[in-house]
Amino acid sequence: MSLDTSTLETEDAPSPRQRLRALVGGDLGLVPVLIALVVLVVYFQVRNSVFLSAANVTNLFIQAVIYVFLGMAEVWLLLLGEIDLSLGWVAGMGGSIAAILTNVQYGWPWWAAFFVALAVSAAIGALWGLFVVRLRLPSFIVTLAGNFIVEGVLLYILDHVFQGGGAPVQEKVLSDLTNGNLTPTWTWVFVVATVVVSTVVALSRERARRRAGLANAPLYRLVVKLVALAVFGVLLALVFNADRGSFIPIRGMPFAVPLVFGVMVLYSFVLARTKFGRYLYAIGGNPEAARRAGIPVDRYRVYAFLLGGLTAGIGGLFYVSRLGGYSSSSTDSTVVLYAVAAAVIGGTSLYGGRGKMTYPVVGGIILAVIINGLVLIQVSATMEFVVTGVVLLAAVTVDSLARRSQTLLK
Amino acid sequence: MPEPVTNESVPPPVTGSGASGDPAPLLSLRAITKSFGAVQALRHVDLDIPAGRVTALIGDNGAGKSTLIKVIAGIYEPTSGEKFWLDRRVDTHTPRSAAELGIATVYQDLALCDNLDIVANMYLGYEKTRRAVLDEVTMEVRTRQTLADLSVSNIQSVRQLVGSLSGGQRQAIAVARAVMRDAKLVIMDEPTAALGVTQTKNVLDLITTLASRGIAVLVISHNLNDVFAVADRIAVMHLGALVSSGPVADYDTASAVELITTGTTTRAA
Repeated sequence: MSLDTSTLETEDAPSPRQRLRALVGGDLGLVPVLIALVVLVVYFQVRNSVFLSAANVTNLFIQAVIYVFLGMAEVWLLLLGEIDLSLGWVAGMGGSIAAILTNVQYGWPWWAAFFVALAVSAAIGALWGLFVVRLRLPSFIVTLAGNFIVEGVLLYILDHVFQGGGAPVQEKVLSDLTNGNLTPTWTWVFVVATVVVSTVVALSRERARRRAGLANAPLYRLVVKLVALAVFGVLLALVFNADRGSFIPIRGMPFAVPLVFGVMVLYSFVLARTKFGRYLYAIGGNPEAARRAGIPVDRYRVYAFLLGGLTAGIGGLFYVSRLGGYSSSSTDSTVVLYAVAAAVIGGTSLYGGRGKMTYPVVGGIILAVIINGLVLIQVSATMEFVVTGVVLLAAVTVDSLARRSQTLLK
Repeated sequence: MPEPVTNESVPPPVTGSGASGDPAPLLSLRAITKSFGAVQALRHVDLDIPAGRVTALIGDNGAGKSTLIKVIAGIYEPTSGEKFWLDRRVDTHTPRSAAELGIATVYQDLALCDNLDIVANMYLGYEKTRRAVLDEVTMEVRTRQTLADLSVSNIQSVRQLVGSLSGGQRQAIAVARAVMRDAKLVIMDEPTAALGVTQTKNVLDLITTLASRGIAVLVISHNLNDVFAVADRIAVMHLGALVSSGPVADYDTASAVELITTGTTTRAA
């Protein structure tokens, strides 16, 4: 037997470090990020009491929507260790197409316009994916080139289709995405239904495991989660249902909130409970292992790019809805970096294989809190970039350190 | 063993093999040759791998061990020669067709996803679903059963990420995955390389357990101590040729080393 003392170690008992990592890496999940969020909220509230007013909280959530969608779009790619730097302009393209087609000049019904907008967005993403898998090009470069191409094409369309250089939103459904609200009653229905369904799903899963003789996580953890969800839901409902109008009363949860929530639940389900999601994680973790397991790795890469484009397109609908239209001057090249930031701040790894759809939701809200809060405490707009940059850098550093400690522990 | 026959479907016996007590071979290779251009990596290799026995494949670097297991695993197509599976001639020239016969290869890099838990790795590519939703309960139950059957007891939870496991535990998961898919022949490439003492013992125990369950095991190893600890049969390769094979009792460390380095032995075993 080879007596290499450097590898002499007992493998049966986990070392304290391993135990710490199981605790920090596995169980805490979003907790550190949520603590950071609470700290930020408290700070801004202390500096300016308007921060937590019903009007500002609602505004903040609407602001967060675009970051959340673009962040979720980026998660599809980051899970595979890929990236799409064109998503900001893809969102602009999707939103503009919807605005243009529903405009009185064309007068398409909203659903047809949305369908075309999302199909184009998805197709653009899939196109980058094909370049990446067929020509083995790095996604960073392909999508950087794509970023310029989509930007150019979009500006051309905006300047030549509408002589005014923009496409105003003139359709009610598109406008209501960010400007419409549920009634206060429906707000409560949504909150209560969410809590009830979550509880039922969690309990039935526990019961199925118990019947099969499998161990469940301690019950208190589930109870804590569900209570936290219920408290958060009730607080949100109270805030959204308070009158926030200046002249006429405005009440109720913005449509955007349940819509984002629905997309998040759907995506989370796909990632966590289907073969499709399992394969994305596998490819992100070890592409060679995935290939040997018979997974068509390249096809899944293209799917991920397609879903990234599609999700960015959905975000684009909300983007134009909030801006009231899209013009060559309303475009914003930095938004894609917020997308990456939203995903990474939440805890998605840039190295692939680690991330969830809940992460960009929290990350997007953190970004919106920072941007909204800095305005309220009257920090100049230039500082906003600095602070966001620092937050992104911190998130990437944590990601990198987490990865290094993982390899050290082997 | 049958007499030497001309019948296509039965492999002629290898001269000098067929020691008493060994069952009929599960896999037989006859005159396998593999060339890469002008380089002959395998020269007329004849090898019998019986079920329920551990066959150790030893040889120096570049002797052709890896090429041979890749031919068996269907990754390489032999230039010439025949493969027999349970006395039937087979052409397993793709990994898929080899896997369908029940040949599973555990490579040195193990092909595990560190970011997935044990259950997910065990079922990767073969997930159980119920109405398109992953059936985690069934997969977890069967994973625990398989690990228990193989006496893998040093794993706390099958929901641990594979990245948090030790080298020996990872090896065990890779083997258990092969067993769960009804592998009849498990090929292991240097399973104890880079493992500590305890982990090496666990892996060797696992190899013995596999054989006792009627599974044929083909182990590549550089470590002769490990080889003599678990092998029932030894096959020695030298410069692409199989220079010697037989029951482990026919060899000792000195003769094995001599065969590995020179291709012949002057000692009487």
